[in-house]
Amino acid sequence: MDVLGRYRNLIVLVGVLFAQLLGLAVQVKRTTDSESTRLIRVWAVGAVAPFEKTLVWAQTSSRNLWRNYFYLRGVRAENRTLKAQIEQMRLEQVRMSQDADQARRLQALLAFKEQFISQTMAAQVIGGSGSELSRSVYIDKGYKDGIKADLAVITADGIVGKVLRVYRSTSLVLLIDDQTSGVGAILDKTRLQGILRGTPSGEVVLEKVMSDETVPAGELVLTSGGDGIFPKGLLVGRVTKVTPGSELFLNIRVRPAADLSRLEEVLVVTKIDERQAEPDQTGTARAIDILAQRLPGVPPKPENAEKGATPVPGGGAPAPATAAPGTVPPKPVAPTTAGSDAKPKAAPPQASTSGAAGSPPGITAAATAVKVSPKPVKAAVAPKPQPAGEDSPH
Amino acid sequence: MAITYTSGEQVEVYRFSIPATILIPLIAVFLQAWVPLRFPFFSIFDLPLLVTIGFATARRSPLAGLFTGGLIGILQDALTHQPIGLYGISKTVVGFGASSLGIKLDVENAGARFLLTIVFYVLHEVVYFMIARSLVGLRMEWSWPHELLSGVANAALGVLVFMLLDRLKQRT
Repeated sequence: MDVLGRYRNLIVLVGVLFAQLLGLAVQVKRTTDSESTRLIRVWAVGAVAPFEKTLVWAQTSSRNLWRNYFYLRGVRAENRTLKAQIEQMRLEQVRMSQDADQARRLQALLAFKEQFISQTMAAQVIGGSGSELSRSVYIDKGYKDGIKADLAVITADGIVGKVLRVYRSTSLVLLIDDQTSGVGAILDKTRLQGILRGTPSGEVVLEKVMSDETVPAGELVLTSGGDGIFPKGLLVGRVTKVTPGSELFLNIRVRPAADLSRLEEVLVVTKIDERQAEPDQTGTARAIDILAQRLPGVPPKPENAEKGATPVPGGGAPAPATAAPGTVPPKPVAPTTAGSDAKPKAAPPQASTSGAAGSPPGITAAATAVKVSPKPVKAAVAPKPQPAGEDSPH
Repeated sequence: MAITYTSGEQVEVYRFSIPATILIPLIAVFLQAWVPLRFPFFSIFDLPLLVTIGFATARRSPLAGLFTGGLIGILQDALTHQPIGLYGISKTVVGFGASSLGIKLDVENAGARFLLTIVFYVLHEVVYFMIARSLVGLRMEWSWPHELLSGVANAALGVLVFMLLDRLKQRT
């Protein structure tokens, strides 16, 4: 009894360590997610998540207040820049929609089934795991919001990870830079496939690419769709360094497109649809039509001014006779787009995502269904007099 | 910076109120999970470990130290996707060691606490590394410069954390 009393602390220590080691061994032995520890995890998450949610809510509220009410300086200039960008992007979209249409026609010929993200749910990152060996984050959506395990998590920049564990109002997302994660990936140009994994130091590497292949630094890495979680064609990142690896494979380092160390909001892909590719019947817009909308056209000829109209030299539209003295009638500089022939056959393509947050720009054409719908165009738009510095496309 | 050897009768034993006992570890685990998302460099710190050492050295009871360390570790484990027990075992060892040492040594001054934290940080990392690598099969790399640097950083923060804990502890 004296011995037990003397070494009581040590005996308890050994007992506690043995119990924990035994529990650890049981968890490691089970390959599936052990339900035996679920209760502990639920309690732990339930104890910590309220702190995190409260802090994130306060942070978001104060930031929104600042952005929406106080920080309005420069909005006009930003608006002008964005409008110019929209014009550029519309032109770019016309070109891309033609490429996509061609791809769809070819896919239809091959009876190819395409995947696209049809529904996403926006979620806020409320916390991390607190361990460098567990690169994962918690989001503020759980099974009561319809989240399930193994759903893909992305941002507008690129993929982030997958849902690993789901609780009532939170979920644990395993990031792609964790050493236990694995994503099927494909190189954009060389079309070489491999497996994307994290390393203990938090880097991301593309494995299983044979060493006799040539992979240039800077090449884009996309999801291959082979893992059954991420649809094909999502942006993963960019190759930063290629070195000969162990055995027969290259060691390809990849910088993730999404900033995994500063995640704030993510999209959970809640629905992926698969359908047979169909060639678009509506046609595509021509670049010239888009350009024509940007240029000043000829105002419609007033019916009551038919007789008094003054013909403009050069065969342009007649200037209205009712023009005020001192004003100069606008000179037509672009072909008029009036009439059915001049209408663009389609508007710039729009992503057909029906989710809360839509399809992020990081998603490539292969993953999003680009639908083209007709859009009416004004017949001939009279140029509005615009003061210098007004919001107008350049 | 004197580490004085004292007898069991000479050292003072403290306790913490129940709200402090529950809330301080919870806040430490919460901050460990939340702050690195905003400030990634913060992941070098291990706040729950500092709280474990702080509680253990103040209470000076090996049993209380090992149970406190074990519970804080399990709470930390539960937030990760790794098996539960990695942090639990490491912090159980640290809690027991720190409280046992607290009986023998006077760790009231900042210098002693600084050195003690470095020693227990490295011990914690060694235990964690061995279990994670041998039992769980995780790929890990050991780097002495990194561990020592992290130890010094944690010790510096630890001195501040222990000062905060000093304000909350009550003499028995």
